[in-house]
Amino acid sequence: MRMLINVPETVVADALRGMAAAHPELAVDVENRVIVRRDAPVAGKVALVSGGGSGHEPLHGGFVGPGMLSAACPGEVFTSPVPDQMVRAAAAVDSGAGVLFVVKNYTGDVLNFDMAAELAEDEGIRVAKVLVDDDVAVTDSLYTAGRRGTGATLFVEKIAGAAAEERQPLERVEALARQVNANTRSFGVALSACTTPAKGSPTFDLPPGELELGVGIHGEPGRERRAMMTSGEIADFAVHAILEDLTPRNPVLVLVNGMGATPLLELYGFNAEVQRVLTQRGVAVARTLVGNYVTSLDMAGASVTLCQIDEELLRLWDAPVKTAGLRWGA
Amino acid sequence: MLDADFFRRWMTATAVSVDREADRLTALDSPIGDADHGSNLRRGFTAVTAALEKEAAGTPGAVLVLAGSRLISTVGGASGPLYGTLLRRTGKALGEAAEVDEAGFAEALRVGVDAVMQLGGAAPGDKTMIDSLVPAVDALPGGFRAARAAAEQGAEATTPLQARKGRASYLGERSIGHQDPGATSAALLIAALAEADGE
Repeated sequence: MRMLINVPETVVADALRGMAAAHPELAVDVENRVIVRRDAPVAGKVALVSGGGSGHEPLHGGFVGPGMLSAACPGEVFTSPVPDQMVRAAAAVDSGAGVLFVVKNYTGDVLNFDMAAELAEDEGIRVAKVLVDDDVAVTDSLYTAGRRGTGATLFVEKIAGAAAEERQPLERVEALARQVNANTRSFGVALSACTTPAKGSPTFDLPPGELELGVGIHGEPGRERRAMMTSGEIADFAVHAILEDLTPRNPVLVLVNGMGATPLLELYGFNAEVQRVLTQRGVAVARTLVGNYVTSLDMAGASVTLCQIDEELLRLWDAPVKTAGLRWGA
Repeated sequence: MLDADFFRRWMTATAVSVDREADRLTALDSPIGDADHGSNLRRGFTAVTAALEKEAAGTPGAVLVLAGSRLISTVGGASGPLYGTLLRRTGKALGEAAEVDEAGFAEALRVGVDAVMQLGGAAPGDKTMIDSLVPAVDALPGGFRAARAAAEQGAEATTPLQARKGRASYLGERSIGHQDPGATSAALLIAALAEADGE
C-alpha cells in the first residue's frame, strides 16, 4: 500500500486539519466534522447543507462558500455522516430562512439525513430535502435502492446555491434543486478500482486490459465488464446510455468528471469525444466543465453528466461562486 | 430472567466478536459493497462499550436504548441507523422493567426487527441483515443457541440471492454468489446472546 497517510483511522481528521489551514475563509470543526462558510448564518438566506462519505473530494467540503453550500458534513471514507453532524451544521448556518439538505441517493445518506431532519425540526429549524439520483447505470425500480446520486450533485448544489444567494425562499430553492435533478443524468466508467485506506488494497479486481462500465463513486464494481475501449468508444457508450433516458430539447450543461486518478490530459481528450458525440446526436452544449469534482479516491476513469437547462438555470449556473473546488465570477 | 447486566454482557460480547471479525466483514463487503462494514461496526460498538461503562443504564431497556443511540451517532452509513434502530426499538419495547424473561425479550426483539424492516424497506430475501434477523427471532423461543444457528444459516443462505437493497443492489445479478456482510454481522449480534448467557 502506497498512500500519503499516517494511519487509516485519522485520514478524515487529518484532511480536515489541512483544509482548515489552506482555507481560512472556512470554519472547519475537525472534532465534529462540520465545514461551514465563516460568514454564516447569512441574514435572510436559505442555507444549503450537504454531506456524504469522504473520498469524493472536492465534493462536498470543497463546495462550501458564497454561491454554493453553506455547510458540509464529511463522513468516514465512503460512509454517510451521522445525524449529529448534520444537525450541528444546520444549526450553525440557519438564519431563520430554512435549510435545504442535498442528499445523494444511498441508503445510508438517506436514513441519516431523514433522522437529522426530524431532530433539526425539533429544534425549530425549517428543513427541506432534495434527493439526487441521476445515475442511468442503475435501473430505477421498486426492487432496488434506486438510482445513485453522482455528478448531478454538483449541478444541484451550484444552481440551488445561486438561487439561495439571491435570497429566493426555501420553497423556490427546493423546487429549483428538484428541477435540476430531474433534468440531469450521468454515466461512469472505471479503468481501475480504488483503494480505501481501511482496506489498503483495491476494492475490486480489474485485470489489465479491461474496464468497468456503469460504476458509481464508492469503489463498487459496475454493471458490466468489457475489454478496454478507446476514449471515443467510451464516449459513444456513455453519451448513448444517457440519451436513452434523457432527450434534451434545450442546451445542456456538460460535466466531464475525473474519478481521481485520471489526468486532465486524458479528461480533455475524453471531453473532445463527448462533444463529438453530442454534436452527432444534435444536442446543443451551453457550458462544459472538465476536471476532478466528484471523485472516488484514486480510481481511474471518468463520468459524463448532462443537465438540460433553461434560461433561468443557465443564469444561476453562471452566477458567481467562490469555493475551494469551484470558483468563477467572484 | 435477564437483567441489565445480561444486556451489558450482550453488547460487550458483540463488540468483542465484531472486533475479531472486522477484517472478515470488510472482506465480505469488498466484492459487493465498499469494503468498510467491519471498520464501521467496530467504531460503533467500541463507542457502545465506552458509553455503557460511563453512563448509568440500570434496566435492560435503558442499556439497549443507550447502545442504539451511540450506534446512530457514531457508525454512519446505513448500518448506523439500521443497527441503532434495532437496539433502540427493542429497548423501548422492553419498557422500564428491571428484568425480562426470554419470551418477553423475544417479543421485544421482534418489534426491533420490524422497525428495521420498516426503516430500510427490506423484506426477507432482499439479501440484507433481515435475512439472518428474521429466522433468529422466529427461533428465539427455542433458546439462544437455536437463534444463533438460525441466524448463521440465514446469513449463509444470502449467498445465492440477488441484492435488492443497499449498495450491493447497484450490481444487479453480479451481487449473486457473495454472502451478505450485513446478514453476517447480524448473525454475530445474535451469537453474542449465547455468549452473554454464559457459553
